[in-house]
Amino acid sequence: MHPLFKSLLAQKPVLTDGAWGTELQKLGLLPGEHPDFWNLSHPGQVSEVASRYVEAGSTVILTNTFRSNRIALGAHGQDVDVTALNAAGVDISRRAAAGRARVFASVGPSGKMLMSEEVTEAELERAFTEQCKALAEAGADALLIETMSDLEEARIALRAARTTGLPVIVSMVFDSGKEKDRTMMGSTPEQVAAALGEAGADAIGANCGLGIEGYIPVCARLRKATSLPLWIKPNAGMPEMADGRITYRTTPEEFARGSRDLERAGADFIGGCCGTTPEFIRAVRATLHPVR
Amino acid sequence: MPTIQTLYDAILNGNAKAAKEITQTSLAAGANPQALVDDTMIPAMNEVGRRYEANEYFVPELLIAARAMKASLELIRPLLSARGAEPVGRVVIGTVQGDLHDIGKNLVGAMLEGAGFEVIDLGVDVSPEKFMNAAKEKNATLIALSALLTTTMHSMKAVMEKLKESGMRGKVKVMIGGAPVTQKYADEIGADGYSSNANAAVALARKLVAA
Repeated sequence: MHPLFKSLLAQKPVLTDGAWGTELQKLGLLPGEHPDFWNLSHPGQVSEVASRYVEAGSTVILTNTFRSNRIALGAHGQDVDVTALNAAGVDISRRAAAGRARVFASVGPSGKMLMSEEVTEAELERAFTEQCKALAEAGADALLIETMSDLEEARIALRAARTTGLPVIVSMVFDSGKEKDRTMMGSTPEQVAAALGEAGADAIGANCGLGIEGYIPVCARLRKATSLPLWIKPNAGMPEMADGRITYRTTPEEFARGSRDLERAGADFIGGCCGTTPEFIRAVRATLHPVR
Repeated sequence: MPTIQTLYDAILNGNAKAAKEITQTSLAAGANPQALVDDTMIPAMNEVGRRYEANEYFVPELLIAARAMKASLELIRPLLSARGAEPVGRVVIGTVQGDLHDIGKNLVGAMLEGAGFEVIDLGVDVSPEKFMNAAKEKNATLIALSALLTTTMHSMKAVMEKLKESGMRGKVKVMIGGAPVTQKYADEIGADGYSSNANAAVALARKLVAA
């Protein structure tokens, strides 16, 4: 096991953070506005989100760089300094953490599909290498490749991330198939564990998806299939419309109860994805680490 | 007829090269293009859809089957138009304003093409005006809207309002989809339909253009 993970997991499960986009919206980010650009235009607000998670008890926080690779930035990719955008994201989280939490830098999917030739392997590799290099040079403690639907793209991102020498976590979305236990491309937890283990991931996991309940069996199956540390960050259920506003139905208390089951199923790192807030992290901490 | 059976298999297995070759051979041997579509190709895509619903197929299989279907249709469509046959329907498709995600939209577009629709793809981050103008210009029967983000799905409502304002609403059906989208949301904004995946989108599109 990577020494950083070994030391963190001396007290496990390690509590990670919750969603950032929805928190930034509470601070004024407009619907449709690119959240990552706020690293440069509104660093104070981004820092506020990071601080809220540190205060809630996250011992690992992410960076606001999920979409900061050249392909995912789309047409904006030409107008912005990709390296500066990523470096600012790491810098903001590091300052907010101030030694109280580790900073794992977020790398999301390109948003393009290899299979339908919307993007080539070489283009993906270039974009992920550029982003990972910027994140590593800015001082991230680890790299998190997350919300991946395609194992092929995840493998390319992993290869790019490993060139930095930092520990790398790869987290997939399981939301397809009758049992909602497959990735969009049809991969099972067992296939994901085997492929990513072989490709040299330091930890693997599952995030986003349909809610915490569905990720308990997924986590258990990943646990059986690998000895690598497991990273699990479910959504607060599925988004629903209520009075024209988007809401998530899972409450912090329900999520915290589910986190206990995730721990039993073998999760090493636990946090939340879409719809979760610092309240969720506080509730999970109270459940998993009541004495702290 | 063994040839027909093989075109069926070529599409079912997503073999675009074989689908194209068999189509060429069949047409050269005098096969009726409309019959190829109706009796072989559409049933093959229906079987692809059934397997997807049954969890035997996933997105990759769906995509390659749609591609094989398209390769075959590219040979057949000119013959059909020469005879005055119209496509099943004309769909203007795009990801709504503010949203740059196109995987779901592309998948639905490929499946609709596979089902014999003419698909006009406007890309991502498409404004309500652009949807309306394209539907008007191309005389579309259907508009298909995609959004991946909870933060951008509201742009769908803006499209509905734009269509109403301009008097286009009565002339075109609207279907919506994407991760945060639900039937409830479709009802709320007054869209004609919602589907949760690319296969169901084809069935919905057929239903809407027939209505």
